[in-house]
Amino acid sequence: MNFPKHLMYSKTHEWVEKINETTARVGLTQYAQDELGDLVFVNLPAVGDAVTEGHSFGDVESVKAVSDIFSPVTGKVAAVNEELLDAPQKINEDPYGAWMVEVKDITAFGELLDDICYAAYCEAAQDA
Amino acid sequence: MGSYIPSTGEQRRQMLQAVGVNSIEELYTDVPAEIRFHPLDLPQGKTELEVSAAMRGIAAKNHVFGSIFRGAGAYDHYIPAIVRRIVAKEEFVTAYTPYQAEISQGILQSIFEYQTMICELTGLQAANASVYDGATAAAEAVTMCRERGRERVLISAGVHPAVRSTVQTYCDGVEVPVVEVPLQDGKTDAVALQGLLGDTDACLILQQPNYYGNIEDAAALGQLVHAAGAKFIMSVNPIAAGLLCSAAECGADIAVGEGQPLGMPLSFGGPYLGFMACTAVLTRRLPGRIVGETVDSRGGRCYVLTLQAREQHIRREKASSNICSNEALCAMTATAYLAAVGPGGLKQAAELSAAKAHYLAQRLCELPGFSLRYPSPFFHEFVTTCPVPPQQLMDALEEADILGGLPTGEGILWCATEKNTKQQIDRLIEVVGKVAR
Repeated sequence: MNFPKHLMYSKTHEWVEKINETTARVGLTQYAQDELGDLVFVNLPAVGDAVTEGHSFGDVESVKAVSDIFSPVTGKVAAVNEELLDAPQKINEDPYGAWMVEVKDITAFGELLDDICYAAYCEAAQDA
Repeated sequence: MGSYIPSTGEQRRQMLQAVGVNSIEELYTDVPAEIRFHPLDLPQGKTELEVSAAMRGIAAKNHVFGSIFRGAGAYDHYIPAIVRRIVAKEEFVTAYTPYQAEISQGILQSIFEYQTMICELTGLQAANASVYDGATAAAEAVTMCRERGRERVLISAGVHPAVRSTVQTYCDGVEVPVVEVPLQDGKTDAVALQGLLGDTDACLILQQPNYYGNIEDAAALGQLVHAAGAKFIMSVNPIAAGLLCSAAECGADIAVGEGQPLGMPLSFGGPYLGFMACTAVLTRRLPGRIVGETVDSRGGRCYVLTLQAREQHIRREKASSNICSNEALCAMTATAYLAAVGPGGLKQAAELSAAKAHYLAQRLCELPGFSLRYPSPFFHEFVTTCPVPPQQLMDALEEADILGGLPTGEGILWCATEKNTKQQIDRLIEVVGKVAR
């Protein structure tokens, strides 16, 4: 499993790329897309929406299930990756390139792990 | 049922022996005696003859009229004999929900064909497996259109009162305001609509033909709706769809309607059939079941319930609709009817209905005190004034075994279909003429 060093990770399997102190991009980790299987649809928030750390801001749909995506930060949606609406499989193909939302005016970050801790966390989850 | 043959006493004895017990009761030894089934205090069962007589007695309370000139949402159309024959096949009557595709190919294929026909009828790209009735379909279509920032619903006053009431119920539940667009000369008032349309409107629902029988300027109204960024829902009569411009041609984003005229008898109000179709881009918002075509492991064509992640049993509280059923047998009926009559037959049923209604209107208006309430072109229903109290007219017609038009606040709403003969119409005129004198 690949977990890029420059990213931070949530326990609900989202990655966070800090652009500056109050702006970040969010996506799903390789572990998440692997567990979910082939994605067929993505429900993303609208630009301007408020997101809260730990709360769902959208969901992804595979053939048999729907899974919430939890925001790792508190802030406002600055941009949404519209490409994913027509091509949700990009999340499976390139989880770290397929960012979902860009959040600005960030006032809080949730509990985030570095790549080493996250890798250990995933391994423990698999063994459980 | 032909395929069900109960096991004989000897077969049962052999089965019991195979599992090592002497009687069926022995299989229930784990169930405490005090909670085992005890005979209930019910009267003795009746014989088949007694039951038939009892049911006939109840049915006899219903007056089944010799000729019917009333519509208002449910229509007495010709049902080819083959329709009932096909629908009565036990494989269709007893088929349950097709969630297990491996053993449901027959019913899945029939639903797929139904969906295809609904797309052909409306001109739109996607259809679902049906919902309970036309009113449900309209209300679900409204739910499809609601999105953030667009939470107000416009509905034409020409939509059937029961449909408007159902839409109101759905909207009340989520505190969405419903605004009625008034009629002008029996058709939706375009000027009023333009005045009402704003950028917080989700949709307009228009009925074609409308409740009073009038043919709406659907395409023009649709353009106004789209210009305001809202969606255009058309509730269409499926027989009229064989003659009028299709919903797609009028710019509808969603087409819904009551499918009863497609081979279902009046049945004192149900079961009926709600059909729904939409543009490709709205497919994921369609509620209920959708059957898709795919290939099996050997590359052969097969069918399956698809896009199931929309549905309530997977999406739970996040589902946009809690509908998880369809009217499979009624959809089968509509499919059999449309296959039996074909596009040519459907058009003919529509043309005859319109022709008979216009003949009826012409003859009624020859009688003193009867005139058309609205100047607009109509399909197979129209409203007239009435020179006597409507109930008096209805009573006289009932005595002649005729169900007359529906008395409404605007006048009497008459209807004629391909089933009404010239003789029936002339007889009605004779009876009405005597009353109106």
